Amino acid sequence: MAYGTAAVAKVDSPRSPYVRRKTTRGNYELYSWIFMRASGVVLVVLIFGHLFVNLMVGEGVHAIDFAFVAGKWANPLWGVWDLLMLWLAMIHGTNGVRTIINDYAQRDLTRGVLKSLLYTAFVVVVVVGTLVIFTFDPCPPNAPEELLASFCTA
Amino acid sequence: MTATLENTATEAGAAVGVVPSFEVTLRVRRFNPESTHGEESYWDEYTITAHGTDRVLDALHKIKWEHDGSLTFRRSCAHGVCGSDAVRINGRNRLACKTLLKDVNPDKPIVVEPIKGLPVVKDLVVDMEPFFASYREIMPFLITTGNEPTKERIQSAEDRARFDDTTKCILCAACTSSCPVFWTDGQYFGPAAIVNAHRFIFDSRDEGAQQRLEILNDKEGVWRCRTTFNCTEACPRGIEVTKAIQEVKRAMITRAF
Repeated sequence: MAYGTAAVAKVDSPRSPYVRRKTTRGNYELYSWIFMRASGVVLVVLIFGHLFVNLMVGEGVHAIDFAFVAGKWANPLWGVWDLLMLWLAMIHGTNGVRTIINDYAQRDLTRGVLKSLLYTAFVVVVVVGTLVIFTFDPCPPNAPEELLASFCTA
Repeated sequence: MTATLENTATEAGAAVGVVPSFEVTLRVRRFNPESTHGEESYWDEYTITAHGTDRVLDALHKIKWEHDGSLTFRRSCAHGVCGSDAVRINGRNRLACKTLLKDVNPDKPIVVEPIKGLPVVKDLVVDMEPFFASYREIMPFLITTGNEPTKERIQSAEDRARFDDTTKCILCAACTSSCPVFWTDGQYFGPAAIVNAHRFIFDSRDEGAQQRLEILNDKEGVWRCRTTFNCTEACPRGIEVTKAIQEVKRAMITRAF
């Protein structure tokens, strides 16, 4: 019908002209599947370690203030810990939501819009988070002393 | 009281060997673009007299032959071998010829719909082409190299047992059309295609495993399986479909590393 020029009336095939849209072979989904499992296990350790240290050790949740965070990030172990947690959680979560969008969005347009929102959010959070961890200044100048960590005033 | 008991006893005595019959209502989802309903599907209810030994297929036959000849459904062998009459009965994919009416609560109307995710052609008949297209893609035939042996290809009983479960598939599409991932856009290969790939991937006589794994290592291949077990539950042959899919996944991972 769309071809217009055909002189003979074209009878539509009773069968749907089914074709796979395109072949998308490759190990991408394989690696993403393995990553989800591996990062999940690592995240369980990282997150529960984080919760334990922040909420249960010593004074627990009442100890959390600017000085507490500054003191923690002065230690490179906690910098690496939080960086790893941020990246793994963001990639793991984004990949999970990506599969959910693939499973539930039926139209390509919906899929495209949702995924671009998702990836934008991912980039913003990861970039801002990484910047904070790397450029964090535990002793900002002109700050009231009672808010700062003990090593700033020493 | 006594009289009632005696009556029941005589009735039962007279009815030895007679299968009890009962009234049952079927709620069938109809679709016929050539009717006045147009592109809208609609529900029809039929009340028929059925016997305790009747299957849903018998009820459909009775409707078609005695009540409404326009009701359309597929069936060939009618004994659970050909896989033509997979339908959604009370929300579950089953073969109409393997489901007894008494097993799907005939006290309430029994809901019969076409299987989901495939385009409906008419009433309970769906277009199976997307399903078979995926099946063809995984190359469901023996692939070998070298000279053909002069006798049969020998296989040990253990090697045969490795893929025995997946040889049972009758391609009825009950599994694929029960899969929520397949419902979304029909691009996923679907459980049935993977089961039939499994049948050859784990066959010691076959040499096409690498090609089949490559085909199923697609974005729409095994990695879209969410292990919801709908397919295993739907399979009228009792194939452990989800397990087969996971075995193919494992074969891919060991191949990649």
